[in-house]
Amino acid sequence: MTDTDPFAHVPHEPGAPKKDPIVTADNVHRHFGGLTAVEVDHFEVQRGAITALIGPNGAGKSTFFNLLTGFDKPQSGEWLFNGHSLKGVSPAAVARAGKVRTFQLTKALSRMTVIENMRLGASRQRGENFFAAFVPKLWAQREEEITAQAHVLLKRFKLYEKKDDYAGSLSGGQRKLLEMARALMSEPEMVMLDEPMAGVNPALTESLLDHIVELKNEGVTVLFVEHDMHMVRRISDWVVVMAEGRIIAEGPPSTVMQNEEVQAAYLGVHHDTDLSEEGPA
Amino acid sequence: MDLLFDLLREAIAPTTAAFALAAIGLNFHFGLTGLLNMGQAGFMLLGMYGYAITVREGGPIWLGIIVAIACAAVFGVILGWPTLKLRGDYLAIVTIAAAEMIRYLGRSQNLNDLTGASTGIRGNDFKGSFEELSPFPDSMVTIGPFTFHGTRSTSWWLVLVGWTLVGLMVLLYWRLSKSPWGRVLKGIREDEDAVRSLGKNVYSYKMQALVIGGVIGALAGIVWSLGASVQPDSMGRPTTFWVWTLLLLGGAATVFGPVLGSILFWCSLVLVKGLASAFIPTTVLSSQQLEPFSLALVGVTLMCLVIFRPQGVLGDKKELAFND
Ligand SMILES: Nc1ncnc2c1ncn2[C@@H]1O[C@H](COP(=O)(O)OP(=O)(O)O)[C@@H](O)[C@H]1O
Ligand SMILES: [Mg+2]
Repeated sequence: MTDTDPFAHVPHEPGAPKKDPIVTADNVHRHFGGLTAVEVDHFEVQRGAITALIGPNGAGKSTFFNLLTGFDKPQSGEWLFNGHSLKGVSPAAVARAGKVRTFQLTKALSRMTVIENMRLGASRQRGENFFAAFVPKLWAQREEEITAQAHVLLKRFKLYEKKDDYAGSLSGGQRKLLEMARALMSEPEMVMLDEPMAGVNPALTESLLDHIVELKNEGVTVLFVEHDMHMVRRISDWVVVMAEGRIIAEGPPSTVMQNEEVQAAYLGVHHDTDLSEEGPA
Repeated sequence: MDLLFDLLREAIAPTTAAFALAAIGLNFHFGLTGLLNMGQAGFMLLGMYGYAITVREGGPIWLGIIVAIACAAVFGVILGWPTLKLRGDYLAIVTIAAAEMIRYLGRSQNLNDLTGASTGIRGNDFKGSFEELSPFPDSMVTIGPFTFHGTRSTSWWLVLVGWTLVGLMVLLYWRLSKSPWGRVLKGIREDEDAVRSLGKNVYSYKMQALVIGGVIGALAGIVWSLGASVQPDSMGRPTTFWVWTLLLLGGAATVFGPVLGSILFWCSLVLVKGLASAFIPTTVLSSQQLEPFSLALVGVTLMCLVIFRPQGVLGDKKELAFND
């Protein structure tokens, strides 16, 4: 990080206010029957940084992602993106506002080719309107732009050779890459990646990490969920820890795992979580 | 040799065209978007009623067609509005029930003045203005090996109009399925949430697909009724089932699948009937039993096809390899 570290004066505590937040959330509560899945009092994401959201299985990370992107509705709460409330806003509208997500369980569109998957991710294609679809003149040029943009991304994600294959024929790791590349087609301001590295083989993981860092260099805000502390330490600027629906700690990746509550949460839920991965104690 | 002519005659018959149309409509629903519309016969029946009643009451042909289209569109919106937000099976249940409701309503004695109840609407009441437009003579006409009437009912005129319509709808499907609009529908077929996450209004696209496919179903109903009459009971669940069968037979999500499927389906029915009547003595199988026997045999053949070539005749085997 440079001398303009946006986290320099951010306190290491849950719900810490950020210098220039792109996302803020307040009192977001989601219950499933008697089970409290998410109970976040305050949460902010720093613009232009890579923030990792970690926590044991069942902590509510994916549910929180769903709430922030309109895929699920909380019982109560307020959340803003770029200062605008996203309460009650549909998932599609959230994406159009510039906040695009991927899923923990990859959603490659199997019976479409890789390039068609990519094209679908693009925005401002007038040919997606029923009436305009009849008149290729109205959308052929945009289609060319989209295709060129897709080629660049596919080359970057090492999927270019596969562009005419069905997405269903890709390996699990390649599908993760495709999903991420597809999300970037709309040139979002912020991407939210739910376990982007899960099931990806180590060789691909490296390049995935590089891609995420590259995104940040291009000015995209990244919020991602990850289990592997190695990965989190490698690329993230800031770490938010969730357990049992709450945010229990925040801090820089080098120190956050030393927090007693964090250790308790991980040990309490998952005795087999390898805390040693964060380095010698 | 006669059998061969019968086959070819069946291949170009208006009924075959009507079913091809209905299947093109269903192809928008299922092939492109993955919607399970189990009530295509309901859309067809609404189209027939819309056209026949309008024309019977003195309306011009174009108005009849507009009314038919409007009925199907409104029906589609009403069915889609509560169900398209839910999981796919809800649409299936609602469409199957709603199509039956249309049929029961049409049959009901209370609506006798409008729909003719279970007798339906006689061809003479609404086919006149269409037949007047015929460029063919008002008598039997033989072209090549085939003989149809020039203008009445199952006529050369209707063959021409029916297949022109099929051609137009094939073109429509081709244009739309290869456009960015069609791409969004295919995405929805594969995974709705993924398409949502990419900023597309899935509900609106599903509604558009449901309506356009239903409207084509209504056109199919008009063609069918012009070759026969308006008969609510001919548009029951079996009709929907046949439309599905011939779509899957030809190959869902292909441009020519519905057309080829319809031709194969009706021809194989004629083939089986012809062979059965030629080789099975009437003491074993009476002529009344011939029809259901043929249907059963065609059914078995189709089952084999679906088992051994599940993607349909024109489908792409590779696409079936991924079922996640
Ligand atoms: N749709 C749902 N219905 C009921 N319970 C759910 C649902 N989604 C998530 N949960 C529960 O909410 C809790 C949080 O789940 P999740 O957000 O998937 O955790 P994480 O992603 O952190 O592993 C879990 O206990 C899970 O079982
Ligand atoms: Mg999760």
